[in-house]
Amino acid sequence: MQYLAAGLRLPTNGLDYTILAIYFVVVLGIGFAARASVKTSLDFFLSGRSLPAWVTGLAFVAANLGATEILGMAATGAQYGVAVVHWYWIGAIPAMVFLGLVMMPFYYRSKVRSVPEFLLQRFDKSAHLLSSILFAFSAILIAGVNLYALSIVVEALLGWPQWVAIVVAGLFVLVYITIGGLSSAIYNEVLQFFVILAALIPLTLLGLKRVGGWDGLSGSLEKSHGHDFMTAWGGTSIGHANPLGANWLTIILGLGFVLSFGYWTTNFAEVQRALSAKNLSAAQRTPLIAAFPKMFIVFVVMIPGLVAAVVVPDIGTAGSGTTYNDAIPLLMRELLPNGVLGIAVTGLLAAFMAGMAANVSSFNTVFTTDIWARYVKKDQPDAYYLRFGRLITALGVLASIGTAFIAASFSNIMSYLQTLFSFFNVPLFVVFIIGMFWKRASMKSGVWGLLAGTTAAMVNYFVIYKQGVIDIPSDQGANFVSAIVGFVAGAVVMIAVTLFTAPKPEAELAGLVYGTESPDAAEVPDEGDSAWYRRPALLGWGAIVLAALCYVPYSF
Amino acid sequence: MSDLHKEVSDLEQKSATAARLFDIRRIIGGLFVVYGIIVTIAGISPSDADLKKAQGVHINLWTGLAMLALGLFFLVWMKLRPAQAPAHAPEDTPAK
Repeated sequence: MQYLAAGLRLPTNGLDYTILAIYFVVVLGIGFAARASVKTSLDFFLSGRSLPAWVTGLAFVAANLGATEILGMAATGAQYGVAVVHWYWIGAIPAMVFLGLVMMPFYYRSKVRSVPEFLLQRFDKSAHLLSSILFAFSAILIAGVNLYALSIVVEALLGWPQWVAIVVAGLFVLVYITIGGLSSAIYNEVLQFFVILAALIPLTLLGLKRVGGWDGLSGSLEKSHGHDFMTAWGGTSIGHANPLGANWLTIILGLGFVLSFGYWTTNFAEVQRALSAKNLSAAQRTPLIAAFPKMFIVFVVMIPGLVAAVVVPDIGTAGSGTTYNDAIPLLMRELLPNGVLGIAVTGLLAAFMAGMAANVSSFNTVFTTDIWARYVKKDQPDAYYLRFGRLITALGVLASIGTAFIAASFSNIMSYLQTLFSFFNVPLFVVFIIGMFWKRASMKSGVWGLLAGTTAAMVNYFVIYKQGVIDIPSDQGANFVSAIVGFVAGAVVMIAVTLFTAPKPEAELAGLVYGTESPDAAEVPDEGDSAWYRRPALLGWGAIVLAALCYVPYSF
Repeated sequence: MSDLHKEVSDLEQKSATAARLFDIRRIIGGLFVVYGIIVTIAGISPSDADLKKAQGVHINLWTGLAMLALGLFFLVWMKLRPAQAPAHAPEDTPAK
């Protein structure tokens, strides 16, 4: 993981550090102020299922808007051009709308507190335990990788030694989540959302001005990189080579369907935000409200990436001394005077911490309610689980600090592990979708579907692609294909296992499967939830149409 | 299934978040007003070097004013539409 080039030091001064210091104080203040609201374990892990939709919606998008995502997507823009929009318009919006309109009623009404808990209700303990343990491991791993990435960026930009950044950021996250629980994490995410926008919007506008506006930008890039660089679909016909290493079919099926649905609909770090909403309508609207900012964030990430490709024409090439990840920091250094620069640094650090906090706050929930309370110490009073949740939060952060130090010395192993875990999300989605729509899918089919799909995706990636059995031009493209393979294998095995094993008794499926009635009495809708702009169907379809329209200017 | 339902419903009854969690609009509003003022002041008379760096745009001034406006928006919104009282109050209200 070569993150940033050395020698990117930003000319920060006291003004910038004041802005940063204020932010750190506010972060802690939110944690302490949220403490009064934590009375039960449900308050700690799920904000008592009582937050309004706009808060959970912005937290939903911010939990994904970590700094690795921001730097990484700007890098993708600098490397592959406008094709980066696929990760947003087809690789996020449809999945978010599907989560809100189709899956959320099952998730929210069943009152599960986590994604693995749904598997326990729908399938059996083996599927539950497998997904809980894998999720807990990957959450700590990702939190640690985030922390490590933060330390590299902070070292390059501000000159702090890596270990200082790791320990300081880790301890801040530890304090505010241990004290304030999920409410504290979510509130900080909402705040981070606005700060990162306050950083990226000025950067984008100045960047455009620097290269002569959008026309100047596309003019120079078409000259240097060719016409396809400035289109979303250029060069993606099957059999045609393009830098992305993917064709329209693998983009739509692999990225748009399997990978993105796997991530957005079953990754608990995301779904948890929706589960903390105050009623079903708010839970449904969480990913739908998030879809609108998500759709437009691509511009403030992609444009800095493209501008960097103009300003530093050899960015990312060997010998230039830069990596693609440098795109945003480079522009920050070139364009932002002190003041806005402080906002930008604060925004990046906030994004790193929020990305880590999202993983920690979902890890503690799964570890406590799904692993500890189910298999280790059952039937304790609620106060015990609240205390245990706080303890495991602290331990989780310490473990990710440890992971970050390991990542610092064995970064290849870390990126390898990340790829490994990413293959687990794919079959998780197929198990959910079949489980939610096919009553007959048997108890045992869950765990076998998970295992088969994960194995197939890994075999395809590590054996068939890496050994060169089939020829796929890039890791990215191979990732898309592996996802499709994992999806199909998981589905086939689930159906096969179902035919030979016992179904779950119908009574236990109430509210979990399409076509069954939730045992809950019909929920009384909140006053005002019937307003037209709060109708989930309208929001959802509106997002889909808008995303499709966004493609139009970049498709020809 | 019903066990889980009962357990979570019980916890929802006892939950204190709805009643006691502060309004995030106050924090967003406050922070952005402070940031807005700081950055606007920094942008009132930019040095030539800063101005040149920012492509001749008074970027601190504009960003500062925009942040100030966003902060005020949240404070006004909170004033006009205060958080509603929770649908169900927690059973006991200990003075902790």
